Amino acid sequence: MLRFILGRIGLLIPTFFGVTFVAFLFIRLLPGDPLELLAGERGISPERKAQLMVQMGFDKPFLQQYWDYVVGIFHGDLGVSFASKKPVLDEFLTLFPATAELALCAIILAVCLGIPAGIFAAVKRGSFFDQTIMGTALVGYSMPIFWWALLLIVFFSGTLGWTPVSGRISLMYFFPQVTGFMLIDSLLSGEKGAFLSALSHLILPSIVLATIPLAVIARQTRSAMLEVLGEDYVRTARAKGLPPRRVIGLHALRNALIPVITTIGLQVGVLLTGAILTETIFSWPGIGKWLIESISRRDYTVVQGGLLMIAGVIMVVNLIVDVLYGLINPRIRHN
Amino acid sequence: MKFQKSLKATLLGASLAVIAATGASAKTLVYCSEGSPEGFDTALYTAGTTFDASSKPVYNRLVEFRRGTTEVLPGLAESWEVSEDGLEYTFHLRKGVKFHTTDFFTPTREFNADDVVFSFERQLKSDNPWHEYTPGASWEYFNGMSMPDLIKEVVKEDDYTVKFVLNRPEAPMLANLAMDFASILSAEYADQLAEAGTKEQLNQQPVGTGPFSFVGYQKDAVIRYAAFDDYWNGKQPIDNLIFAITPDAAVRLQKLKAGECHVMPYPAPADIADIQSDDSLTLVEQQGLNVGYLAYNTKQAPFDKKEVRKALNHAINKQAILDAVFQGSGQAAKNPIPPTMWSYNDDIKDDVYDPELAKKMLEDAGVSDLSMKVWAMPVQRPYNPNARRMAEVIQADFAKVGVDVEIVTYEWGEYLDRSKAEDRDGAVLLGWTGDNGDPDNFLAVLLGCDGVGGSNRAQWCNEDFEALIQKAKTVTDKAERTKLYEEAQVVFKEEAPWATIAHSVVFMPMSSKVSGYVMDPLGGHWFDGVDIAE
Repeated sequence: MLRFILGRIGLLIPTFFGVTFVAFLFIRLLPGDPLELLAGERGISPERKAQLMVQMGFDKPFLQQYWDYVVGIFHGDLGVSFASKKPVLDEFLTLFPATAELALCAIILAVCLGIPAGIFAAVKRGSFFDQTIMGTALVGYSMPIFWWALLLIVFFSGTLGWTPVSGRISLMYFFPQVTGFMLIDSLLSGEKGAFLSALSHLILPSIVLATIPLAVIARQTRSAMLEVLGEDYVRTARAKGLPPRRVIGLHALRNALIPVITTIGLQVGVLLTGAILTETIFSWPGIGKWLIESISRRDYTVVQGGLLMIAGVIMVVNLIVDVLYGLINPRIRHN
Repeated sequence: MKFQKSLKATLLGASLAVIAATGASAKTLVYCSEGSPEGFDTALYTAGTTFDASSKPVYNRLVEFRRGTTEVLPGLAESWEVSEDGLEYTFHLRKGVKFHTTDFFTPTREFNADDVVFSFERQLKSDNPWHEYTPGASWEYFNGMSMPDLIKEVVKEDDYTVKFVLNRPEAPMLANLAMDFASILSAEYADQLAEAGTKEQLNQQPVGTGPFSFVGYQKDAVIRYAAFDDYWNGKQPIDNLIFAITPDAAVRLQKLKAGECHVMPYPAPADIADIQSDDSLTLVEQQGLNVGYLAYNTKQAPFDKKEVRKALNHAINKQAILDAVFQGSGQAAKNPIPPTMWSYNDDIKDDVYDPELAKKMLEDAGVSDLSMKVWAMPVQRPYNPNARRMAEVIQADFAKVGVDVEIVTYEWGEYLDRSKAEDRDGAVLLGWTGDNGDPDNFLAVLLGCDGVGGSNRAQWCNEDFEALIQKAKTVTDKAERTKLYEEAQVVFKEEAPWATIAHSVVFMPMSSKVSGYVMDPLGGHWFDGVDIAE
């Protein structure tokens, strides 16, 4: 098992160089000069521009800039944002817990609802329930996120007044960030009502963010289950007279879960990078909005650093998925 | 170590907020701001969102704009004199002005000339220890307003007298000093940070003399301020000011309706009618200090002939543009400066929409089968909410007079860069939002000969116009300057280097409990003097 994990970690090295180089190159290939964008309509004189190019190190050859950047990374320095003049790593570490908290809640919601829905649809294949679940999943998958989010806000926050419109916690609470995870920090603060406030702020964004993964997971579970339910060993188990709950829950589900875990792993990556719309609409202070704004400003250091950190997180998630495979299916581990 | 420090700072900030919030009847105003500040040292940045969160609540300047106007009033300077040659500005500073006492700084002295010298020298002198105090520090607004060429030195005459010595006379100098980059910081606080080796805190935990002191910032989420009890201009009616950062306009409106915030900027034009019909909300409006224009390239044939430019101006149906693009949030522009600006020449007659006349004028100028390019910006700007749509209306208008238009666009940075080229092919849609309310900030920047190949997108250099605006720069008498600028606008209209399109109208919805909010023609958001009913 250790060898298996070490092998996977070894693969991270070429991936690291690939990600840093591609991010470094591609953001520079985009048309648009960060200095021109910074100056706006006023413009910038050629002399001043040349001065700033030197200050920012843009006057050096491309490969030299890349090398300096990689050396910086190994010293824990991802550079400084042009826009905010603050270290990229600090900004990432401030914002990432918000994204992670939302993504975790969304994936838990998607898994807790998606897998049972998929199993149920598979078991009752062709029934009214199956068609309703799969129809709803298709609608969820195809729905424009911003529209869905606004619909929920207008109904639950506007008309019914049940949930807050946006933000992470009510403005009346103000306590230090310890972990950056609002649910945990609100508990640590000991302030009455803070945890419930944080939880209520998570409901709508989690539902919105979970919508697509939920649909994907439900459909994937259904098809995986259908495949497994037709296998000989399931038929044998049934013939042995095992109760249906045991056949489905133990014999079928365990094998059907392998492709579902792959899907969940991929969805975690999607959630970490794809929460941009949800974060914008719910004023959620995460990395999605930060990265998008940085791309439009051509804030090279933030885009490079942010992509590297996200890639790092996704690589770790994939590693965990690989290990989980091994645990569920020993054949993979031994191969 | 760093984590511990920030934790300590946040804890201290939290305790202050709790104290403020538990006061007998603490009044809190929540502003749903549209974006996050880039930092809190105003002079490092150029974005209005950053100024709203830093210079406006926390700092003061030597001179200030009277709220709701661009008139310059005494601020931290009680009075001033300008030498006859216009090269020396001597400011007499207000006494008894206190800096904020916060968890991270306790001032031992009041505001004095050292603070003024510090605030400007760090931007002016490259050998100042604060010139590059944070990585990537550059003073773009200060540079953009040509301050390094203009200011020779800033001299402390005595504790309460400061003299600015200029390299050339510059009438808009006073208005420049009311701008955000000219905010006055505490030199004592800076010294304390330098000694502790935490200079970067100057940009994260601001200390000023303004109406609100900084309490804490949670990135991209919330900024908290407390009213400053010892503010030299009197304590504010509210106790706490909170910026709840809410980037989406539809969500801002929902929060306003749900009572989660009291004031919001930049509503979506489609929501205006809904806001007006809601009794719990008030909608305040203000003409923006901006202009959207179509700049011909006056160095390119046949647009080098003023008759051709004038003819095309007659072909543009501005009302159709206002309806299609501004949807009620704009007014037709006839001059290059907006009507709210002093020296606006209202006697000038606009080029009426008359396609027949335009056709005839083109014929008279010997132009037929004209094809041209119109550049449309890829982004939404205050002076032009939808440039592509605007270009399409112009394309249809020009087609009616036999001019074939091809619409082109580039990525925004490319657009700004390429449109500066003197050999640019085509007329470009662009605009400008005023910095300081001085006509020089429009007429000289956008139409002066120095701006050719740069901010003068028409590449237009007219002797008469240039003589007028250059003279107006050196004269300090406002009445005389007004006359000069009025004449300059007449020359502009005759020569028609641009088709002036529109000035936008800015709306600000707020809860009807809010009183005393005055809109700023320069586009800033100020909360001093604002009150909220319980």
